[in-house]
Amino acid sequence: MTRRRLKTGSDFTWRDMEVGNIVTEAGSAALRRTGDWRSQRPIMDKEKCNKCGLCWLCCPDAAIKLLEDGYYEIDPFYCKGCGICATVCAKEAITMIEEEEK
Amino acid sequence: MEGQFIKFGKNLVTTDEFVAEGHSFCVGCGEALALRLACKALGKDVIIANATGCIEICTSPLPVTSWRVPWIHTLFENTAATVSGIEAGLKILMKKGKMPERDIKCVAVAGDGGTSDIGIQALSGAFERNHDFLYLCFDNEAYMNTGIQRSSATPYGASTTTAPAGKFSIGQTTWKKNMPEIAVAHNIPYVATACPSYPFDLMNKVKKGGEVKGPAYVHIFSPCPTGWRYATDLAIEIGRLAVETGIFPLYEVENGRYKLNVDRPKLKPVEEYLKPQGRFRHLLEGDIEKIQEHVNEEYAKLKAKVACFAA
Repeated sequence: MTRRRLKTGSDFTWRDMEVGNIVTEAGSAALRRTGDWRSQRPIMDKEKCNKCGLCWLCCPDAAIKLLEDGYYEIDPFYCKGCGICATVCAKEAITMIEEEEK
Repeated sequence: MEGQFIKFGKNLVTTDEFVAEGHSFCVGCGEALALRLACKALGKDVIIANATGCIEICTSPLPVTSWRVPWIHTLFENTAATVSGIEAGLKILMKKGKMPERDIKCVAVAGDGGTSDIGIQALSGAFERNHDFLYLCFDNEAYMNTGIQRSSATPYGASTTTAPAGKFSIGQTTWKKNMPEIAVAHNIPYVATACPSYPFDLMNKVKKGGEVKGPAYVHIFSPCPTGWRYATDLAIEIGRLAVETGIFPLYEVENGRYKLNVDRPKLKPVEEYLKPQGRFRHLLEGDIEKIQEHVNEEYAKLKAKVACFAA
């Protein structure tokens, strides 16, 4: 999946601003990478997953996506690593590991 | 126990995100979760008026926005006034035939400071004028956005930056303002309290509030890891403990009739809720007892109101 990149920092100049500072695109925050806030990373074990969807429902960052086969996938682009998914998972299919591991 | 609330059901919940990913809410924010669920329940035919607060700054950092639905930023004090204007405007445009007749929900979103401190006058006015809107109060029990200053929704004993705990102070010295009861006192058709730890219950209530003709008020308890000082993965647990200890009971009031949604035969001791949170760390045995007494009293009052309408 390719994502459009959002200009940040010194890449972003006044020329990139719309006239009047208006925002022309709805939901453009989806271009921002919030994944680099993370210090811990969730690892999902598909074997244990029973597709209940609690992790998807309880993710504050909407970083868990429903796949076509009914399983769920964590999107590292958005995941801030809070660990709520690992806590709510009744099957203990999600574990949090330190970001530098592996 | 929880099964009885699942009227919504996982497969009935839309996979569309109306608040886009990539917002800048803190790690493990209960408010972000509550907002996401509430927007899922409301669907795309909404106009949202959003008071200044965590939700406003975190979803609209220039030059991007998280909103995929019409959204307007208002000040703290006039959220309810703005939403009444939107509702009145839509009504007259439809009446004059300048836009097709549609069911568009007008929703006000504000924090606890914007609701119970600064915006209460406009909110009371909008309730009284009987506009058809839904007011969502996301209650994280302080002004978290500006750095954890106390608000009137801060509970007794909580340490905040403007009411710090120390040698001569216990932190916040007054009890939490009971905002849902103030809304009930306006005799509006629908008032409810909700918590993201009970996602289907929250979505049912928000949906119901949106469909009710006339003003509706939903008070949403939003655990805040930054301000309450607990581990980021505990948002769901903390919310559930608040409900199970009776600190934040989940109830709804339809046309003045009270109904308790989560009714435990025996409440858990409040200590379980206070312990994981750093803002209550300084509390001594006696203080916790005082809080327990207050909670018992308030819960008994609520039970009595529910019992009035049970028959």
